[in-house]
Amino acid sequence: MERLPGIRPRESLLRRLDMAARWSFPATTTALLLLAAAAPLGLPGQGELQAAIALACVYFWSLFRPASLPPVVVFAIGLLADLLSFGPPGVGVLTLLLVHGLAMRWRRVLVRQSFLLVWLAFVGVAAGAAALEWALTSVLTFRLLPPAPGFLQAALTAGLYPALATLLTRAHQSLAAPERA
Amino acid sequence: MLQNGARQRGARANDMIRLSIPVRQALARLTLPVLIAASFVLLLVGKADTVLTERARMALADALAPLYGVLAAPLGNLRAGVEEVGGLFELRSENARLRAENERLRQWQSVALALEAENAALKANLHWIPDPAVNYVTARVVADAGGVYARAVLLSTGPHARIAKGQIALDDRGLVGRVTERGTRSARVLLITDINSRIPVRLERSRGQAILVGTNGPRPRLMYWTEGQAPQDGERVVTSGEANAFPSGLPVGTVRISEQGAVEVEPAARLDRLQIVRIFDYGGHGIVPPEGVVPRPQGMDRHR
Repeated sequence: MERLPGIRPRESLLRRLDMAARWSFPATTTALLLLAAAAPLGLPGQGELQAAIALACVYFWSLFRPASLPPVVVFAIGLLADLLSFGPPGVGVLTLLLVHGLAMRWRRVLVRQSFLLVWLAFVGVAAGAAALEWALTSVLTFRLLPPAPGFLQAALTAGLYPALATLLTRAHQSLAAPERA
Repeated sequence: MLQNGARQRGARANDMIRLSIPVRQALARLTLPVLIAASFVLLLVGKADTVLTERARMALADALAPLYGVLAAPLGNLRAGVEEVGGLFELRSENARLRAENERLRQWQSVALALEAENAALKANLHWIPDPAVNYVTARVVADAGGVYARAVLLSTGPHARIAKGQIALDDRGLVGRVTERGTRSARVLLITDINSRIPVRLERSRGQAILVGTNGPRPRLMYWTEGQAPQDGERVVTSGEANAFPSGLPVGTVRISEQGAVEVEPAARLDRLQIVRIFDYGGHGIVPPEGVVPRPQGMDRHR
């Protein structure tokens, strides 16, 4: 983008700070949302909510602004989610990286589709992620865990996406756009 | 002259970029597989080195616990306010229920006072050695620390609170769980409903022993009771001193036989709305934390 001819504002310090802030918006908001979901809100199913937020945010930003969400950042978000949820470390990291990889592979097709199709694809991703997390946690704790929380997690993740995506789409077009700095 | 120099500089920069594009692309394509491999390593390390995992978790919990501790009070008030509004609609029926319960409790109070007096008289006759007073600290529950597949809570403790692993958490009604991890300003309590929780208990009526097994559901199950002394619906369950992990006689809950015939325990503690718990130091050392078991060098035993 920088090599295109044209008139651009000068690269002042303020503008570069603005760009950096916009570039880091997806990662920062995801981390803050995770921390907020771990706060003592007293909601039922808060553990599932935390997993849902991480998954929905990583899927959305991987599809629509992958430049702001390199795999290293996904790794860091997964690690934060794992430490916050006191689950076996690595489960969240692996799931989020796989979701990120899938979203990157599908993005050329998915970005041009309607919201409904993007959501339907995400429902599949959420179900797969919940199943993977359940299987990995079961293997790592040497115990066949009851699968009910996994179903709840998948349903909550799929149900949360439309609301979260509405907010994130607004941010995507305004706050998180480095080109508008 | 100046323009020329600028053009040259631009060309040089372009050359550098052109050289690095394939490299950069290759690197970008490699990052994801490398990181996925790293997450597998993380899975293995987390399983092999539990001390490291625990230290990392508790460092984060220590950083967040004061923040969540500040948030806990206003959030708790907000929740109480919302519940209050809901409660307004059932004031009449609630009032009638409380009157009836108060009547019943008054009768129980007189029974309890009579029994207390009788107990004191009997103990005086027997020269009973009183149980030593137990140390405890009170801590606020600041977060759910269970995630999807565990049941635990995070406590915010002061930096000087003497909390150790294995100490016992109770709320105002009964047993909550045990401290499994502790940092400098926070501690994690594994609830009795967690799937990894196993607690030796005693049935109060038959005085038979059993094990309370967590299922991650709201009601843990009773297992391994003494033959011929099956637990009965409504029977009170208290901790047993077996294995020296718990003191004897802490209230745990009441037996409920489910419709499928499973023998479950309704916990006395309000585990879904814990706000403040007391951590008791009963000095039980029946269960040693994993890092306390240090393998002894081979030669030591032979020299004795």
